[in-house]
Amino acid sequence: MGLYDFLAQYWPRLLSGAGITVAQFLLAAALGVAISLCMGLMKLSQNALLRGAAVTYIEIFRGTSLVVQLYWIFFVLPLFGLTIEKFTAGYLAVGMNIGAYGAELVRGGILSVPKGQWEAALAINMSPAQRMRRIILPQALVNMLPPWGNLMIELLKGTALVSLISVADLMFEARQINSSTFLSAQVFGAALLIYYVLARFLVTPFMRWLERHMARKLGRT
Amino acid sequence: MLDKTGFPLEMTGEDTPMVSFRKVRKSYGALTVLDDLDLDVSAGEMVSIIGPSGSGKTTVLRMLMTLERINGGVIYVDGKPLSHMPKGGQLVPANERHLRSRRADIGMCFQHFNLFPHMTALENCMEGPVQVLGLSKAEARDRSEELLEMVGMISKKDQHPSRLSGGQQQRVAIARALAMRPKVMLFDEVTSALDPEVIGEVTNVIRQLVSEHNLTMLMVTHQMGFARDISDRVCFFYGGRIEEQGPPAELFGNPQRERTQQFLSAVREAV
Repeated sequence: MGLYDFLAQYWPRLLSGAGITVAQFLLAAALGVAISLCMGLMKLSQNALLRGAAVTYIEIFRGTSLVVQLYWIFFVLPLFGLTIEKFTAGYLAVGMNIGAYGAELVRGGILSVPKGQWEAALAINMSPAQRMRRIILPQALVNMLPPWGNLMIELLKGTALVSLISVADLMFEARQINSSTFLSAQVFGAALLIYYVLARFLVTPFMRWLERHMARKLGRT
Repeated sequence: MLDKTGFPLEMTGEDTPMVSFRKVRKSYGALTVLDDLDLDVSAGEMVSIIGPSGSGKTTVLRMLMTLERINGGVIYVDGKPLSHMPKGGQLVPANERHLRSRRADIGMCFQHFNLFPHMTALENCMEGPVQVLGLSKAEARDRSEELLEMVGMISKKDQHPSRLSGGQQQRVAIARALAMRPKVMLFDEVTSALDPEVIGEVTNVIRQLVSEHNLTMLMVTHQMGFARDISDRVCFFYGGRIEEQGPPAELFGNPQRERTQQFLSAVREAV
């Protein structure tokens, strides 16, 4: 069976899988960005307790395997009475994992803003929270966007692991089709292509647009 | 009323200085930058601070802006302690809340302007009034446009700092500081990062401030001619102390101390 005939027959399942992959990606990205921001700020906090919590979080989620984290959330937490539905468990694990990496980007981005910006914001008597929100974060964001683009592509590809807990994403559908048809080249070829298209024609252009948009806001264009 | 270390909890009376440093000490580790500094600046006075690099002159401004904590002594602004706050009849180091309430009297311009790059010139000026003073956008805009007009930058109000020359950025920075209506303005080597041909546009704005407004000003500068022209008093710093101070005509015309003479003659040779 050629790739064309194959796609003609199985495109609805691949498409539904791709839809779940995109949904997992978007939810994990939103969660990951929120966690990055929290942990990145906490790691820079004066408060040793907050700093310690952030360091612990980052160490755990960056230092251990994503698959193991996924299994913990889906298979182990129920043993402690916390059962999480598989779709939720999927993006939770991926989002929390990416959040640990993102936290370092947020921290680095904030530290890259020149000291003079903090001082100028203090000189117009802004509160520490105002300084961060109005002056530092907007500039830090621009500095950290390029590495975020990489992280987002990692995240998209990382979502394939949720198929291991039977979330019906693209990888899960591909494996299902493969096990009933044994058309391995076609099915995994198609999956490869779809991941590439999502990364290359959705994630990357969006991040580029965001970079340009933010640069314009800084008057850098 | 005095606290037990002999500093007044508040300075009162008609001749209360706008700014008062009392036995202020600042050190970084073993390095003492300022040693028992006593300096009073009257309301409306323009004081220039000159001296070789490392003499502690910029530190004076940074302590007054509360960018640096002090290690000893007390700083007063408008009679009330800035570096400290009264608590149970004693002066204790100020907390963030006290600093915020007292810092409102002070504005500062920096050597490298430090405009917010993600905001236009107008937005830079409106930021403090809107976010900190709680003015409406319309009020803040009126106030900011008036100040940008005064510094000759109204035609560039919608430009981002990256589109402005150094002199233009510094004039916006002056407008931004003035928009907070401070009682005391600090100028930290505001012309040092500028090309020679645009220094005049910044010094002219400061001249105008001196002649038309009753602001108290402290200025750290390397421009002796400018300091001589516009100051009421010039302080020569050396080794973390005021080596000599006086009216500009005296200090520049007839310096008493040997170090002042050496410094001034070295500066003259360099020009």
